[in-house]
Amino acid sequence: MRKLMPARRAYVLTVYALLIIGSISFLFPLLWMVSTALKPTSQIYAYPPVWWPSPLDWANFREAINFFPFWLYFRNSAIVTVLVVIGSVYSAAFVAYGFSKLNWKGRDWLFFFVLATLMIPAQVLMIPQYVIFTRIGWVDTLLPLIVPAFFGGGAFNIFLFRQYYRTIPKEYSDAARIDGCSEFRIFWQIVLPQSKPAMATAAIFAFLWTWNDFMGPVIYLHSPQNFTLPIGLRAFQQQTGTEWDLLMAASLLVMLPVIVLFFFLQRYFVAGMSMSGLNR
Amino acid sequence: MPAAGNEVTHPRPTSKSGGPLKPRRSRLSRNETIWGWTFVSPWIIGFFAFTALPIALSAWYSFTAYNIYQPPRFIGTANYTVLMTDPLFWTAMYNTFYYTFISVPLMMVIALFLALLLNTKLPGMGVFRTIYFLPSVLSGVGVALLWMWVFNPGSGLINSVLEIFGIRGPLWLHSPEWSKPAMIIMSLWGVGGVMVINLAGLQSIPGSLYDAAKIDGAGWWAQLRYVTIPMLSPTLFFNFITLTIGSLQIFTQAYVMTDGGPVNSTLFYVFYLFNTAFENLRMGYASAMAWILFLIIVGFSLFQIRMSRRWVYYEES
Repeated sequence: MRKLMPARRAYVLTVYALLIIGSISFLFPLLWMVSTALKPTSQIYAYPPVWWPSPLDWANFREAINFFPFWLYFRNSAIVTVLVVIGSVYSAAFVAYGFSKLNWKGRDWLFFFVLATLMIPAQVLMIPQYVIFTRIGWVDTLLPLIVPAFFGGGAFNIFLFRQYYRTIPKEYSDAARIDGCSEFRIFWQIVLPQSKPAMATAAIFAFLWTWNDFMGPVIYLHSPQNFTLPIGLRAFQQQTGTEWDLLMAASLLVMLPVIVLFFFLQRYFVAGMSMSGLNR
Repeated sequence: MPAAGNEVTHPRPTSKSGGPLKPRRSRLSRNETIWGWTFVSPWIIGFFAFTALPIALSAWYSFTAYNIYQPPRFIGTANYTVLMTDPLFWTAMYNTFYYTFISVPLMMVIALFLALLLNTKLPGMGVFRTIYFLPSVLSGVGVALLWMWVFNPGSGLINSVLEIFGIRGPLWLHSPEWSKPAMIIMSLWGVGGVMVINLAGLQSIPGSLYDAAKIDGAGWWAQLRYVTIPMLSPTLFFNFITLTIGSLQIFTQAYVMTDGGPVNSTLFYVFYLFNTAFENLRMGYASAMAWILFLIIVGFSLFQIRMSRRWVYYEES
């Protein structure tokens, strides 16, 4: 017993040492960004580098916001993100109901087909989609980024809801069916209220993808008044170039909603990630 | 009662197609069929509008010269044959595979290693998990700008730290030799998502397997080699496929951080495709590139699925 103790202690210490070294290297870039965002301009290129700026230059954030139409881009990003989240969560929940709570011929075959669309890379679709949206006059509006989300919300979200519905006991919906409830009402009033965790997970993923999306806005949004934050940030960078204090302040502001959400809803992030990897 | 044991020895008592007695089944099932198609109809409409039609158009464009302003002009397989002799196409292919073949294995190893560390039942693991997971949910332009600054040769984080140890750091994104390694390092920062998937996989391995292995005298390495990795292999396989497909499509970093340079050293496949389509308006040529990428992804996935029979272990259920 006494001989085992030092070995166990060495093991625990090694684990913690490795984890702490790793954590430092994972956190450093973020801290570096925060520290730069708070630096007075004179300290950005200082040698030796300034790790902890003093005085803290909070005005960088105000300056960054005033330097480019932050609130306009924020508004565009918010419109796209909120609508995509609503569209993909509700339409995926709706479609998945047809794929799991109802029995019909060809259902599983069609579902396999839904999953197969995950294999198609976006690059095959983006050129013809651009041509189609040009034809119907949607280019340089937010519509191409929003509307497709309302048609099933993507294969992954359908899959996610379908997996979740399987855990909801059939008894509730069967009882409602005997009482003459329509399938719409069963979906809306019985199944959906029990699916909050799946809705949270789908909403978080839709939020992340849309908020951070760069390629879609770059393709479809041409005039600055329609920019979302990512391309607004990109345009800001092209104008300021090397004013890293302002660039880091602006980047931090763009990332802030994601960081805040992450700390409040981390367990849904984890649940969604785990689910994407485990249940096939 | 050990219900699970019963299921293995007996033939399954109930069939999926329902019980034997269902007098009103035909009316019910016709109803369910109508409802079923009603519920999935949004997906079907969306599929035709945003997937099927574009795929057909894309296939057609790839055999045409098309600049959007004039109608597509059929040129046979010219796009594909010209691509084969386009040096930039091969540069883009080389860069993309270089990035993928180094980034993905490194991510796989680091994600497994971190998950194994975090799976030890010690206090404080939740905090570490948060720290490693957070960077992976951040992505896009903000992260690209952050790393441009981290890699800044004069005053960036990495070279400043190297300076402390008396090492003169490379030019990173400004150097054709170091630009791809820089992007690989950056990709490792996003390893947390894969780590979380691994962690969930590790936690679903029954402890009894480790107990049995210990009784047989298996040490740390033997347990990893003969219990953990085989049991985790479906998860590892999934990660490998999704990471590879994702890496082959690297775009934002090249667009924001380097514009494909210096000297085309970060001209990645999708970046070249994007420029061909939307900067040069060569939609037909770019469509041919998209189809070649599609074939690479499908070919790779099918190859891996074949290979997986040798090393991925699926539990019978």
